[in-house]
Amino acid sequence: MDISDQVLVEKIKAGDYQAFESLVTRYESKVYRLAIRMLRNPEDAEDALQEAFLQVYRGMKSFEGRSTFSTWLFRLATNVCLMKIRHRGTEPAKLLPLEDYLPRHEEGEHPQIFDWTGRPEEALLSKESREKMLEALEKLPADYRAVFILRDMEGFSNVETGEALGISVAAVKSRLHRARLTLRGLLQNYFEKEGT
Amino acid sequence: MKCQDILKGLSEYIDGELDPKLCEALECHMEDCNPCLIFVNTLKKTISLYKYASSEPLPKEVHLRLHDFLKKKCQGC
Repeated sequence: MDISDQVLVEKIKAGDYQAFESLVTRYESKVYRLAIRMLRNPEDAEDALQEAFLQVYRGMKSFEGRSTFSTWLFRLATNVCLMKIRHRGTEPAKLLPLEDYLPRHEEGEHPQIFDWTGRPEEALLSKESREKMLEALEKLPADYRAVFILRDMEGFSNVETGEALGISVAAVKSRLHRARLTLRGLLQNYFEKEGT
Repeated sequence: MKCQDILKGLSEYIDGELDPKLCEALECHMEDCNPCLIFVNTLKKTISLYKYASSEPLPKEVHLRLHDFLKKKCQGC
C-alpha cells in the first residue's frame, strides 16, 4: 500500500532523504506537465521542475500542513513558472472585455457561427490541432493560463486552484471564465479556417 | 434573456454551478437561438479538448537529472 503524503512529509522532516525521493517520484511527472504547459519550453520546464522540488525540500520544515502537500507543491511550482515568465518579459496583452467574445449581432440579425464540434476527434486532436491549442494557451496572460491549467487540465477544484495560486475562489472563477472564452475564440478561428 | 446576458454565467452553467432559475432561462434562450447553442457547445468542446491536448511523459533523462540535482543540492541543506 502507498504511504500517504502526510507520512512521507513527517519522515522527511525527521531527516529521511529516501522519503523525499519517494515524494519527488510521486509528483515529478505532474509538476513537469504543469511546467511544460506553462512555459512551452523543455529546458525551462526542467529548470522549473528542479527549482520547485528544491524549494519543497528547503521549505519542508516550515510546511505546517494547513493545505495538502500537493496544493503546496503546486503553489511553489506555479510560482516558479510565473517568475520565469516574468523574467522573459514577453507577457501577452490583457484580455478583451467579456462582450467582445460574443458573436456580433448586426441589425438584429443572428450571426452565423461555424459549428466545428461534430468534426471527428482525430481531426480535432491531430498533431497540428494540439500544437495550435498549446499556442493559444500561450496567448493567455500567465495568471489566467495558470488558472486554466490547474482547473481544467489538471482537474483541481476552484478551492484547490485558489489555494495553489493564493487567490480567492471568485478570482479563480473570473479568470477561468475569461481564459475559456479566449481559448474558445482562438480555436473557433483555427477550426473555421480548417473547415473552409 | 438576450444573447449578451448569457455570456457572464456560461462557465458556471457548464460547471453545473449556475442558479437553477438562470439555468432554465439560459436553456430556454438556447432553444430559440442556434448561434448561442453553438457558442455553448464549442465552449464545452474547447474545455474537453484541452484535457487531452498534451500529456507529455516525463523523459527518463529529465527524471535522472532531477534526482541527481536534488541529491547534490540537498546534501548541503
